[in-house]
Amino acid sequence: MGEAIVVTSGKGGVGKTTSSANIGTALALKDKRVCLVDTDIGLRNLDVVMGLENRIIYDLVDVVTGRCKIHQALVKDKRFDNHLYLLPAAQASDKTAVTPEQMKALIDELKQEFDYIIIDCPAGIEQGFKNAVAGADRALVVTTPEVSAVRDADRIIGLLEKEEHIAPPRLIINRIRNHLMKNGDMLDVDEITTHLSIELIGIVVDDDEVIKSTTHGEPIALNPNSKASIAYRNIARRILGESVPLQPLDDEYKGVFSRLKKFFGGK
Amino acid sequence: MKKNQNVVIKGTKEGLILHLCDTCSYDDLKKELDERLTENSFLHNDSHPILVKVHSGNRYLTEAQKDELRDLIRSRKNLLVEAFESNVMTREEAARLKAENEIVSVARIIRSGQVLEVPGDLLLVGDVNPGGKVMAGGNIFIMGALKGIAHAGVNGDSAAIISASVMKPTQLRINDCITRAPDEGFPEHEKRGMECAYIDEDNRIVIDRLQVLMHLRPNLTRLEGGF
Ligand SMILES: Nc1ncnc2c1ncn2[C@@H]1O[C@H](COP(=O)(O)OP(=O)(O)O)[C@@H](O)[C@H]1O
Ligand SMILES: [Mg+2]
Repeated sequence: MGEAIVVTSGKGGVGKTTSSANIGTALALKDKRVCLVDTDIGLRNLDVVMGLENRIIYDLVDVVTGRCKIHQALVKDKRFDNHLYLLPAAQASDKTAVTPEQMKALIDELKQEFDYIIIDCPAGIEQGFKNAVAGADRALVVTTPEVSAVRDADRIIGLLEKEEHIAPPRLIINRIRNHLMKNGDMLDVDEITTHLSIELIGIVVDDDEVIKSTTHGEPIALNPNSKASIAYRNIARRILGESVPLQPLDDEYKGVFSRLKKFFGGK
Repeated sequence: MKKNQNVVIKGTKEGLILHLCDTCSYDDLKKELDERLTENSFLHNDSHPILVKVHSGNRYLTEAQKDELRDLIRSRKNLLVEAFESNVMTREEAARLKAENEIVSVARIIRSGQVLEVPGDLLLVGDVNPGGKVMAGGNIFIMGALKGIAHAGVNGDSAAIISASVMKPTQLRINDCITRAPDEGFPEHEKRGMECAYIDEDNRIVIDRLQVLMHLRPNLTRLEGGF
């Protein structure tokens, strides 16, 4: 029986879809059977980031409303043998086309077949969020080092803590920029983790390669040399239960990271 | 001559005390009160108002009954009901009183969008994040960082206080007094440790060292007998 992990944030554009695609990719590279589920109905784009848009025949709403069977809607990613699939969101419907109960049933069914179900959540706290978390066992909260993103992450964590079926959420800080943090022009990692007080599972630098890879429909995690890729692979390893220390991004930044060790205790 | 007295009037330095019998019927009581007040019309000669305390013993008076008696007494133009006293209260009143005098402890983080409200004092073991709010009928003690909104004394208690290990609220409210964070942020008082907020003589909320409270709010000590 697999595990369903929802990737959420509250605020839009902070990297939920990028994180979902890359964590899924990194888990598949680790020989896990992974299904990515795009729940951003009406604004789907996980398929684009994965470069799978042209293979979509059916979508999540088709499955839920019984227009097709689950396996007919799953898009196989040929780069990963039999390990990575995508269940795309519907583009022509809206978020009310699916209920949380239907989502839970769907995710439960996928858990029979896959090791990990990565659920890409839409922005906001309404129906789309409720659908995305309904079937999840775990949650990853993505934020950027900006006050507004952290504020929304806090709100989302509050809502996630009320969902009894979900384990305590873990945090990804995305798009950090060393020079800004060092000068105090951006919230630093320490401030964010103290504020949100949940376990930190990874830090991803702001990396142009991420944007380039999106353009080509190739998740950055496939490229072993970029910093963002290493970060996503490490997050995947931590999801698998490995204890991977946080990598210093550069030497000047060591101070912050030695202080951070405490956030990577047990688990 | 007189039947058993259901209403006993006593005069004190402060005014009058009316002892109402708690075994007769309410209607008899009302009738007799009316008679007795008329009889003692000598009271009415005095032109300045006399304060009246009403003791109803083991009788429970409903709000409607109190209003009725208050009106009856007030109809004697210089009598003014100051207070009703009784040995009994309803279960709800007792529960409310107990809740208002209780300290509720909560160990969690109050996050953006969340509101925590208690009838009495609040002891929060955790933070109040920006966008989060805590409210209490009494005092608020936060053993963490207050970065959101705290509202103490919500039912009109101006003596209520707010304290926090780290005092960086977006807003503080005590009773109906409001203060907000200075636009340039709070001054750092690193050495001061825990801080508290209270309403001062000028009816403004001020933030100070925690230790000033023992002089300003001696009622915070509930230990009987001392040590
Ligand atoms: N670590 C990163 N470095 C650079 N660009 C990034 C990074 N993460 C995300 N982005 C870019 O930010 C934008 C929003 O990301 P996306 O994953 O679509 O956010 P969301 O799904 O939360 O709305 C995209 O253009 C994406 O390429
Ligand atoms: Mg997205």
